[in-house]
Amino acid sequence: MQPKPTALKILDVVSIIVLAISTYLALFFAPTELVMGQVQRVFYFHIGTAWVGLLGFVLAAVSGVIYLVTKDMKWDRFEVAAVEVSTMFFFLTIVLGSIWARPAWNTWWTWDPRLTTAAVTELIYIAYFMLRQGIDDPEKRARFGAVYTLLGGISAPITFMVIRLFRSIHPVVVGAANANQDKLSMTGDMKIAFFFALFAFTIIFIDLIWHRVRLSGLEEKVEQLKLKVSM
Amino acid sequence: MIIVKKLVKRFGLKVILRGLDFSVQQGEFVALLGPNGAGKTTFLRILASLSRPSLGQVQVAGHQLPDEAAQVRAKLGVVSHMPLLYPDLTAEENMKFYASMYGIADPGPRITEVLDMVGLENRRKDLVRTFSRGMQQRLAIGRAVIHNPEVMLFDEPYTGLDQDASEMLDEVLRSVAAEGRTVVMTSHDLARAEDLATRFDILSRGVIAACATQKELQNSNLLTFYKQALVN
Amino acid sequence: MVTNKQPVTRNASPSLLKATFAIVRKDLAAELRSFELISAMLVFSLLVIIIFNFALELDVKVRQSVTAGVLWTTFAFAGTLGLNRSMSTEKDRGCMDGLLLAPVDRSAIYFGKAISNLAFMLIVEAIVLPVYSILYNVNLFRLDLIGVILLGSIGYTAVGTLLSAMSVQTRTREVLLPILLFPVAIPVLLASVKASGSLLAGAEFSEILTPLNILIVYDIVFISVAFMLFDHVVEE
Repeated sequence: MQPKPTALKILDVVSIIVLAISTYLALFFAPTELVMGQVQRVFYFHIGTAWVGLLGFVLAAVSGVIYLVTKDMKWDRFEVAAVEVSTMFFFLTIVLGSIWARPAWNTWWTWDPRLTTAAVTELIYIAYFMLRQGIDDPEKRARFGAVYTLLGGISAPITFMVIRLFRSIHPVVVGAANANQDKLSMTGDMKIAFFFALFAFTIIFIDLIWHRVRLSGLEEKVEQLKLKVSM
Repeated sequence: MIIVKKLVKRFGLKVILRGLDFSVQQGEFVALLGPNGAGKTTFLRILASLSRPSLGQVQVAGHQLPDEAAQVRAKLGVVSHMPLLYPDLTAEENMKFYASMYGIADPGPRITEVLDMVGLENRRKDLVRTFSRGMQQRLAIGRAVIHNPEVMLFDEPYTGLDQDASEMLDEVLRSVAAEGRTVVMTSHDLARAEDLATRFDILSRGVIAACATQKELQNSNLLTFYKQALVN
Repeated sequence: MVTNKQPVTRNASPSLLKATFAIVRKDLAAELRSFELISAMLVFSLLVIIIFNFALELDVKVRQSVTAGVLWTTFAFAGTLGLNRSMSTEKDRGCMDGLLLAPVDRSAIYFGKAISNLAFMLIVEAIVLPVYSILYNVNLFRLDLIGVILLGSIGYTAVGTLLSAMSVQTRTREVLLPILLFPVAIPVLLASVKASGSLLAGAEFSEILTPLNILIVYDIVFISVAFMLFDHVVEE
């Protein structure tokens, strides 16, 4: 049994600390938003989870491509980790978004581009896991998984673009593309909470990915030992 | 014709072939024998360019695999226990399709010749769906030789055949081999292998455990040799 | 040396185009004999349309707004049926190995299967459109609409052929294809519904340029991606 690397232990502690700080910033430090009130505070975590969810999605597609070129199983492990962690974060994003949407838009759910794309992305992830589950040969599983993350990675942005061409009520936070959308204006303290949340979730994301990749490595070790024992 | 050096094939963590060495001269008919799960089919699929070696060198008909797979495929005929035929096409249409896949310019005479050889000329216009298992298997051999390959691989060609069909298949296989082709056949039917092959290789635990030519075997019988090899 | 009659391989590998069309011709010949695949797709399509009729109470007013959606849902479902069947016939009797053993480029296999799948889908659509027109008294025989349907079907089969080659190799097989295909094919379905819907609502051709562009972009992107990835899906 390999001991947990020291760097990972440190990162675990840092993750917890930044999560605590980010929670404080979001719930107490940032001023209450004038129009929406307290519920707006959920937005800091919403953006944080959405950002890492997206990051994981892109990383999965990229490691899929690298796997197909190098055929190195290490990239498959990374891809699975990225997809799993990002599935969880996307789910959190959707839940947090719903909590916000209820008072803000008076509905739990709307078929807005971002929400729909998030839902479709979750479905792509679920399909990805079902695909992998149906294959016994690890090499083939890795190959098919890589192909599918790549297809998903290309299709999801197009889905977003397509729905956006119809209609959107989602506020554009950074770089408003459309002038008549209700843009959130952030004060200085809000910006601190906002950017710290992004930073905090990035750290947590890296920590979780690291754990997941390490877990896959250990799983493989166990398989190897089992095989040795059986022979 | 076939040179294999230190071939390793892994499926995930499972190692099927572990450093296998194997070579076949032109015109030899090698029977590859071994218990189930020894890796015969995996090995044949690698020779057929259908599966990539994990490690090691594989050369078939003068070309390296997997890099020169296209050149190898053009000189290779494969018969497996599945017929690889389309049931909703006639015998002739199946042959025509595969002829065009091998780039044969004027397939008509060649198809007639091949159907004659496998004894199906009179069923030329019938749907493969209506064929018996034995007839399908003979047609599968016809399909495999349509492009006149130099090397032939047979993977358990007798699977699911009754006595008569097996005997007819024997004849077809003999005539295929008699044209100077190099043949590798896997089988667990020792009697059939003994009849046809000029050399016997025993594949066990991912390597060739023993190997004997027909001449070397003349005094002892194949079964004792086979059992001996597996014990060692 | 057993005999001096030595076999010589004298055939050159067929060109990509020839191999592709050999596969298409083979698929169409087999299908035109049995009609297994097309008849299944067709009967299924008609059933879906009938179910929609009751589920949505397709009266004159509703019909106008949902016709495009009903049509594309039908095509998508019938499409997966055909894609599954077409790839299973290759897989079940080992014919896929037969194709892979031929000295042809793997893209010939992809394009061959994709073109036959497209042909099956278009044949079914060509029968469903007039039937729908008669049943609901709308004219669907318009060149612009047919163009949209063609573009949509191309994108759908381009990615569907690749995914069906994957799904037949899994344990869950047929069940898996729609689950893999639908989330990835959403852009093409959305754009097709949007374009067809606008056309049926009497929009000018210039008004559907946006969804049309999306369809063209999707088709080009996914044909090239699928054709590049096909190797990884069929080779072991």
